[in-house]
Formats: sequence, C-alpha cells, structure tokens
Amino acid sequence: MEESKIISGCKALLIGGSAGSLEVLIEVLPKLEQLNSFALIIVLHRKSGEDNLLENLISIKTPIPIMEVEDKVPVEPGYIYIAPSDYHLLFEKDETISLDTSEKVNYSRPSIDVAFESAADVYGPSLAAILLSGANADGTAGLQAIKEAGGVTVVQKPDSAEVAYMPGYAIENMSPDFVLDIKQILEFVKNINTSK
Amino acid sequence: MISDRELEVLINEVFEYYGYDFSGYSKASLKRRVERLYQIDGISRFSDVLSKIRSEEGYVKHLVEEITVNVTEMFRDPLFYKLLREEIVPVLATKPFIRIWHAGCSTGEEVYSMAILLKEANLLHKSLLYATDINSVVLDTAKRGLFPLRMIKQYAENYRLSGGSEDFSDYYTANYGLAKFSCELNEKMVFSQHNLVSDASFNEFDLIMCRNVLIYFDKHLQDRVLRLFDSSLSCLGYLALGTKETIKFSTVQDKFQQLNREKIWKKVK
Repeated sequence: MEESKIISGCKALLIGGSAGSLEVLIEVLPKLEQLNSFALIIVLHRKSGEDNLLENLISIKTPIPIMEVEDKVPVEPGYIYIAPSDYHLLFEKDETISLDTSEKVNYSRPSIDVAFESAADVYGPSLAAILLSGANADGTAGLQAIKEAGGVTVVQKPDSAEVAYMPGYAIENMSPDFVLDIKQILEFVKNINTSK
Repeated sequence: MISDRELEVLINEVFEYYGYDFSGYSKASLKRRVERLYQIDGISRFSDVLSKIRSEEGYVKHLVEEITVNVTEMFRDPLFYKLLREEIVPVLATKPFIRIWHAGCSTGEEVYSMAILLKEANLLHKSLLYATDINSVVLDTAKRGLFPLRMIKQYAENYRLSGGSEDFSDYYTANYGLAKFSCELNEKMVFSQHNLVSDASFNEFDLIMCRNVLIYFDKHLQDRVLRLFDSSLSCLGYLALGTKETIKFSTVQDKFQQLNREKIWKKVK
C-alpha cells in the first residue's frame, strides 16, 4: 500500500489551498529538507497586496530556497514558488511561469483551477498536485484536468482539514488517486522521485 | 481545452484575415482567453470559431475585445503610485513640458490616476498623456472617463494609500451607477489605437507606463516591445511596469537602471 504512494518522474508538485491550508504547510514544510528533483509551486487564496507576509512566513519554516515569482521565470527543480496575490499563475511549454490579471475564477485570483489546468497542459504525467483545506469549490476542476493528463492527484482527508468543504467537494466530484491526512501528505511529498 | 495545433491555426487565421498578430502572445494565457471566447459565444467546436472569423462581419472586433485582458483599476498598487508621486513627479516637474505614454491603457483607470497626480502637483497644464490600446472598444470607455461607481470605494482607498490627501469625491460626479470623472482631467489626454506588436514609435516620452501588459506576451515579443519603449524614451526617461514584470530577460536591460526594487527603470544609455 505504502509503495503505491511513491511516484517517480515528477517535475512539479502543485499545492493548492484556501482557508486552513497555511496551517498544513507550516506543519509539513519544516519537516522537508529538500525537494527531490522537482519544483514545488504553492497556490493559496490570499488577500491582495499582502505578498511578502506569506513569503516571509513560509521562508522561515523551510530550508528550501524560495524563488521569487516574476513573469516568465523558469521553473527549476529544488525550489519553492509561491503564487503572488492578484495574479493567476500559468505555465508555458518551455516550463516558465506566466502571470495573468484576468477576471477572478471561483471568486479567486490566483485560482487553483487555473494553475492546475495550465500545469496539466504543460507537464502531463510529470505532475502531482495536492488540494488542501478550504471553503471554496476551487481546485476540483483543476485536479480533474491533471488526472486526465496522467498526473497524480491528492486531496487532504476532509476530517483532517480545518475547513473540510474544498477537499470534500473534490472527493465528491472527481476520484483523486489518494486521500491523505497531514502526516501522510508529508510522507507522500518526501517519497516523490525516491524510487530508483 | 483547445489544442496547441488549433490555437496555432486560429492565430494564423486571425492574422491572415485581419492583420492582428497574436503569435507572440503568451500561449498559456491566450488559450484561456480563447476558451473564454467559446463560452461567451456558445461555441463548442473549433470549426465554428473559424467560420465566424471567416464570415461574420465585425467578429474580429469582438474577438480582439474578448481575447485581450482589460482588468484594471485606479491607483492600482498604491505604493507604486506613492513612489511616482514622491520620487518621479518632482523630477518630471523640472521639465518645460511633460510627455507620458500609457501603453495598453485599457479602460483608462491608470491614465486618470496619473492625471490626478499631475494635477495635485500643479503640472497637468504642461503635460500630455498619450493613452493607447489595441482594442478600440476600451478606448471609447477611457475617453468618456466613466467608471463603475461600485469600484469607487476601493479606488478612494487606493488613492489615500498612494499619499493622496484631497477629497477623492471632488474628482467625479456620481450618476446612475457610474462615476464621471471631471473633464479637467481628460483635457490633456490623447487616445489612439496602437498595436504594440506591429506599430512603431510615434513620439519621445519622459515616462512610459505599461503595467500588466507585457505579461501577456512571450519573451520574444516582450523584447520587441521593450526595444520599442527604449527608442521612445528620452534620455533619463522612466519606464514603469507591473509589480511582477521585469526587463531582466531582455536585450535592453543594461540600458536601464532600476529604482531600488520598485518596477520603475530609468533610461541611462
């Protein structure tokens, strides 16, 4: 059973979350020493204009370097990228990030669906995504797109989430590969690309 | 989702039939815009959008309007405007005449914000604000200076955070859900259609504002546009971009000097 949670060939891991998701990151990130040859891209719903707050909070919790997200920065393995507020985060075929200030999706910008769908298009099966706690339906359509493109999808176990709605909505409307609690999420991330 | 191949065909068709070249646009964003167009027009098949492009008169205007992103606000990123107000406007004040280009001005909210800054510095009378966009529909809105009243609370707050100390409501009159900005503000504005992809430089400016426009272009087109800006700036002129935009992937980067960490560059060569 545990074996099946080891995924390989992963170039990017996306984590999407809303209310109650920061707490999960703060628990998981300090226990990660490095990223095994993949980039971690975090897309959280946040209030506009409070960019540095989230970056600073995350950076003190992890030894992993954080790459500042600007338009067209390359996505490189071993780094954390945090979606800035008030922009949708998209991926180009040359594995660079594009930003977009178009209309909100699911009342959100960044929208998790937008980032997930775009990543699915670019990374296909070399992608994994985790949807965390939240009070919004964002992320479900994105997970579905990732699954259809051959990527691995994970949803936080609703009873381990501070706000169960978002992961619950995903589980009701698509079939994620794994439903994991916080401890299992940490194991999942640690195991990415570890099989020879 | 529309495929890469379909997107390519669409880009070619639009160029062939109408001369609008979207080939240098960011593909990730353009794909989403085309899908949005499908939704708005109730299109389910790729062949339907092609036949509209080929046969429906006026469809291209609609297509350009919907494909380009026209989300903007007054005093967007108030701290950026605070810097403009405190650091850049006093430098501009030393010039006998001030020329500013708002490239990709959309519905004009940032042009009116700039006019307010200049007016408060008592410089508007000797300024000219050129505001251009590829999309003629948004330019018409910009000319009228009519913005949704529901946004005004946010704009007034942005204004205050940008260091504005006047009563913001003095700048507009509210009517039927719209805020009509004072004619005094747009007296010094010149609106015109201009396509950054294909059109040339048309004047020399002391400041070019182009915020959250380059993000919709790929690196190659960004470079073209930055070279256009470089050739349209006076010596020691300023270039202002969006908070997440950069010139560091461009060939003109060593001709510019960035002001601290803000997204304002001074042309030094």
